[in-house]
Amino acid sequence: MAEAIFFYLFAGLALIAALLVVTSRQPVYSVLSLLVAMFCLASLFVLLGAYVVAALQILLYAGAVLVLFLFVIMLLNLDRETLARTRSFTLRGAGTLVALVLGMGLVRIVAHAMAGRSVPPVPEQTGTVERLAQLLFTKYLLPFELTSFLILAAIIGAITLARSTGPDE
Amino acid sequence: MITLTHYLVLSALLFTIGLAGIMTRRNVILILLCIELMFNAANLAFIAFAKSLGDPSGQVIVFFVITVAAAEVTVGLAIAILMARRLSTLNADEVSLLKW
Repeated sequence: MAEAIFFYLFAGLALIAALLVVTSRQPVYSVLSLLVAMFCLASLFVLLGAYVVAALQILLYAGAVLVLFLFVIMLLNLDRETLARTRSFTLRGAGTLVALVLGMGLVRIVAHAMAGRSVPPVPEQTGTVERLAQLLFTKYLLPFELTSFLILAAIIGAITLARSTGPDE
Repeated sequence: MITLTHYLVLSALLFTIGLAGIMTRRNVILILLCIELMFNAANLAFIAFAKSLGDPSGQVIVFFVITVAAAEVTVGLAIAILMARRLSTLNADEVSLLKW
C-alpha cells in the first residue's frame, strides 16, 4: 500500500516536472524542473531496489550535468533580442500531435504486451555496491574500460571546441 | 500493487514528453535537456526490468547510459557555446550553414 502511494506521488510529480521542462519559456526554469524530475526518478529507483543507481542519478545528473547546463546558460548571457528568438516554438501543433499519437501507441503496446502475462516472482535483488561492482568488473569489464576512453575523448573534444582562441582566430 | 506495467507506462509517457520537447523547442540547450529526459525514461524502463527479471545487469546498463549521457552533454554544450559565440544565436533553425 505504501509502495502504491509513493509510486503515484513521485510518478505524478515527475510527469508534471517533465511537462514544465518542455513548456516553460525560461531555460533556467526548464533546467530546475528537470532537476525535480531527476529527484523523483531517483526516488522511484529506490522503490525498485536500485540504491546505487539512485545515488548515481543524484550525484551525476543533478550534481554534474544539470549544474553544467546552468553554467552554460549563465556563461552565454545572451542579450534579450537573441534570447527572444530562441523562445519561439516551431511545429507546435504538429509536434504535439505526433507526440500524442506516439505516446498513446507506446502505452497501448506496453499495456497490451503485459496484459494476461504474470511475471513469476523472483527473489528480491537489491542493487548494492557489492553486487553491481561484481558484475561491472567481471562481465562488463570491457565496456567499463571503453567508458573511460569515451569520457577522455569527450573532455578533449569539449576543450577543443569551447577554447576561446582557436588557431583560425 | 505496483507492477512492471506501471513503470513501463510512466517510462513511455516521459519518453513521449521528451520527444514532444525536441520537436517543438528551438533552443539547442532545451533540445539537449529534452534528450536528457528521454535518457531518463529509458533508464527507468531498464531498472524496472532489472527488478522484474531479478537480473542486476539492467542496473549496470543504466550506469553506462548515465556515463554516455554525461559525455554527450559535455560535447553538446561546447557546441552550443561555439554557436552562441560565432553565430550569436541559440536557435537551431537559424544554423543552416550546411543547407543549400
